[in-house]
Amino acid sequence: MIRSFRALLIRDLKLAARVGGSGVMGLIFFLMIVTLIPFALGPDLNLLSRIGPAILWIAALLATLIGLDRLFQADQEDGSLELLRLSPAPLELIVLAKVIAYWLTTGLPLAVATPLFGLLVALSPEGMLAMVATLLVGTPALTFIGAVGAALTASLRRGGLILAILVLPFMIPTLIFGVSAANAAVGGTVPFATPFLILIALSLVAAVVGTVGAAAALRSGE
Amino acid sequence: MGQGLRLSVNNLACERGGRRIFEGVSFTLLPGEALVITGRNGAGKSTLLELLAGRLHPAGGKVLWEGAGERSLPECLHYVGHRDALKSALTAQENLDFAQDFLGNPALSAREALEAVGLVHAARLPVGYLSAGQRHRVALARLLVAYRPLWLLDEPTSALDVASQETLRELLEDHRAKGGMIAATTHAPLFLSEPKEIRIERSAAPSAAAGEWQ
Repeated sequence: MIRSFRALLIRDLKLAARVGGSGVMGLIFFLMIVTLIPFALGPDLNLLSRIGPAILWIAALLATLIGLDRLFQADQEDGSLELLRLSPAPLELIVLAKVIAYWLTTGLPLAVATPLFGLLVALSPEGMLAMVATLLVGTPALTFIGAVGAALTASLRRGGLILAILVLPFMIPTLIFGVSAANAAVGGTVPFATPFLILIALSLVAAVVGTVGAAAALRSGE
Repeated sequence: MGQGLRLSVNNLACERGGRRIFEGVSFTLLPGEALVITGRNGAGKSTLLELLAGRLHPAGGKVLWEGAGERSLPECLHYVGHRDALKSALTAQENLDFAQDFLGNPALSAREALEAVGLVHAARLPVGYLSAGQRHRVALARLLVAYRPLWLLDEPTSALDVASQETLRELLEDHRAKGGMIAATTHAPLFLSEPKEIRIERSAAPSAAAGEWQ
């Protein structure tokens, strides 16, 4: 069972690294959005650093969303999903392996690259540190919520749009607490730990609900 | 390996999209036996295999899998269908290594399996560069890297040249000789020795919906 889990995790990481994989794509998309917004707002550094965490969080949310429609669809199209069902491991474990691989190739690079992108929106050093921390614990929630949508739309041809409409509302709580934790770190009345702990809780709940939900969606999706 | 296994299918019926595809399909399969499933296009041959693979649920009847202990039917079978479940970006070797690790019960190594289907020279090529027939042979090589007693094959000879069809026949007979079971849908003869045969017909009295293409 653990062997199956590991084999699938490694396969998905390999696929993400190959040509046409989603590995670097999300990161570049993230960079694009973060660079576009200062152009739209104009050279007001104070304004930028004030809304910087919000910009980074929205960019991270969109970057997570952009490759998500292929999470199960690619396997559905080439028949791999049938192969995955034949494993000794339960479907939940298979979903978990795929989601973790997806997060390692999108969410984790985003969080790690945030200090660099924080420069573009004039974040203070504490702000950057807080952004890394919030994205690190918050992006798993986005990925797990998105996985349910990805499983539901796996067999639809234009699933990407429907996926976004389906899952975006459920990502709002994560966005709220992610941004408020990042803001709390650079000032404000709320201590950093309060929204940060809620963010962690959201990720943990999403991990359970998302895994079970996505597996159920795949099972009934025939 | 494989002794005491028994697959029995009783009066199986299937519905898809509210239409009865087939009903009353019954057969049993014992170690060493092969079942050839024939029927017109759209009669439900592939659907029957998908039912056995556990991807679809029967509308009636039963699939019984005995003698395998606590291992469920999907854990004891290989399924090779029209979609070959190969990742184009990975090499043939990587695809087979993954299948071996993922499915468990390792048998031949990826290289030996590719040798058996005559594709050892393509081991390091991404599967996306291979022709349809070669891809299909890589998918068939998956049967060999992990041991599973029951092989479900959907049109196994499609896209194969004459020499590869003969190789496939030998692989199938070899699997039967070791106590394996095979269920294959086909239009072309497989030249297996003494296979069981069933023919699937679309169930009589199709629903009288207007615009039915019959």
